Amino acid sequence: MFQNIGEIALLFGRTLKALPQTRRQFRKVLEQLFEIGNASLLMACVLSLFIGGVLALQTGPVMSERGLQSFIGQIVGLSLCRELAPVMMAVLIAGRVGSAMAAEIGSMKVYQELDALQTMNINPIHYLVLPRMLAISLGLPLLVIFAILVGWVGGALVCVFNAQIAVSFDGYMKSLGNGIDVLDVVNGLIKSFAFAVVIGTVSCHQGLATIGGPRGIGRSVTKAVVNSIVLILLLDYVLTRLLMHLDK
Amino acid sequence: MSDEAPQGVRLEVRRLTKSYNGQPVLHGLDFAVERGEVFVIMGPSGSGKTVLLKHLIGLETPDEGDILIEGEPAGSPGVMERYRMAMVFQSGALLNSLNVGENVGLYLTEHRLKPPAEIARVVAEKLELLGLKGTEEKLPGELSGGMKKRVAIARALVIEPQLIFYDEPTSELDPLIAVTIGQEILRLNHRMRVTSIVVTHDRDLAFGIANRIALLHEGRILAIGTPDAVQADPNPLVQQFLKADFRFNPETSTP
Ligand SMILES: Nc1ncnc2c1ncn2[C@@H]1O[C@H](COP(=O)(O)OP(=O)(O)OP(=O)(O)O)[C@@H](O)[C@H]1O
Ligand SMILES: [Mg+2]
Repeated sequence: MFQNIGEIALLFGRTLKALPQTRRQFRKVLEQLFEIGNASLLMACVLSLFIGGVLALQTGPVMSERGLQSFIGQIVGLSLCRELAPVMMAVLIAGRVGSAMAAEIGSMKVYQELDALQTMNINPIHYLVLPRMLAISLGLPLLVIFAILVGWVGGALVCVFNAQIAVSFDGYMKSLGNGIDVLDVVNGLIKSFAFAVVIGTVSCHQGLATIGGPRGIGRSVTKAVVNSIVLILLLDYVLTRLLMHLDK
Repeated sequence: MSDEAPQGVRLEVRRLTKSYNGQPVLHGLDFAVERGEVFVIMGPSGSGKTVLLKHLIGLETPDEGDILIEGEPAGSPGVMERYRMAMVFQSGALLNSLNVGENVGLYLTEHRLKPPAEIARVVAEKLELLGLKGTEEKLPGELSGGMKKRVAIARALVIEPQLIFYDEPTSELDPLIAVTIGQEILRLNHRMRVTSIVVTHDRDLAFGIANRIALLHEGRILAIGTPDAVQADPNPLVQQFLKADFRFNPETSTP
């Protein structure tokens, strides 16, 4: 995996250089964005509802016991927007969208479609990579905002209906509102943008680097997903550490 | 339109050598194809014809030797912009996620050479020419092998190339359509003086359209010249390849 980092960085650089082409590829960006939404919205909804819920369930009783009910909303809200929503959504998107990118580009490579593009003087970076990168960099942060909101609701539901916690909806929301700053959400969005770039670049690179037949495509897909997730988790620590400076 | 249509280009190959994993495939090929010529490359399966074409259009880089288009190295920047080239792949290589019409019009759409209505007209015209009228909305997966091949040819024709490569253009076609394709290769050649390089096993096609024929064998050129010259070549390997037929002959089958 790490011997590819150079190539991945190169691909990222080339994509940046292709950014002026964005207007010409606008329709493809929208198509990709639509596919991302289609593939992930329902999953994201279910996932975040339960993540929010389980957070409240794990922290709630202990805190209520010690009379700290008024902090539950804040704890659930903060964990969601700074950590869990960006990471979980990135993992979800790596599995659903990154894999599709690697498979699609990989099969185009194997079946000589990329060669055909090249003979038509069509740059695969402009034609394939750029629209996917833009769509995922825009789509993942949007999905994270959605996940944060749904996760908060999930937490609220558990707080209201669990007898051991017994925090009112208003109380939960007040704690959430008092304890969370816009900067916390921005923090999560910055993370998710970085994760999106990682997933897009790694998956497109794997697709382009596919060799062999159908088995090669399978290998590329697995590598794209596994490498993306590993990089996401490593990067998460680094970014968390760096973004601490944003707080003061 | 034909007055200002692009002229064909001259192609020269010098000492072209290529090996894959230490296995030599092309052994120092030397030849030139003149402007507007129909140059046919024949040879047994595995002799390196497709590999040669891939080098000529710049999909592969040679280990040694040069490919010159109008005297400029084929890989150098700008050559692809200055000269229009097209290749019909042996497998067709259509984009599977696009329908037939989008495939055929891809070059014009991506390079924004014409407005959409005009592109649709050109696409319909080329498809009709190849006997595929009204198939614009079909996906490549819904086509037969021969239809895919014809769509690939239509896609190449839309580019109005100055240099066109055909890899086995008739291999999956019935004899009638094969003749149509042969005629279309010649027509394109007359109308725009394009340089055509055709790889084929089809002896009828080769001798029907070629100005010159080269016979490739294990990565070397065995014979090169006009159809008559190649036909008269005394080399037994050449004669064997050109004369092989299906008729059962008990005398030659015994050692
Ligand atoms: N990418 C590659 N890697 C390794 N070997 C290759 C590669 N491409 C071609 N070869 C080898 O080069 C030789 C020539 O292949 P090529 O495809 O040019 O044959 P061909 O003359 O086009 O045959 P056919 O008429 O069957 O299409 C074959 O032995 C093939 O195994
Ligand atoms: Mg071949």
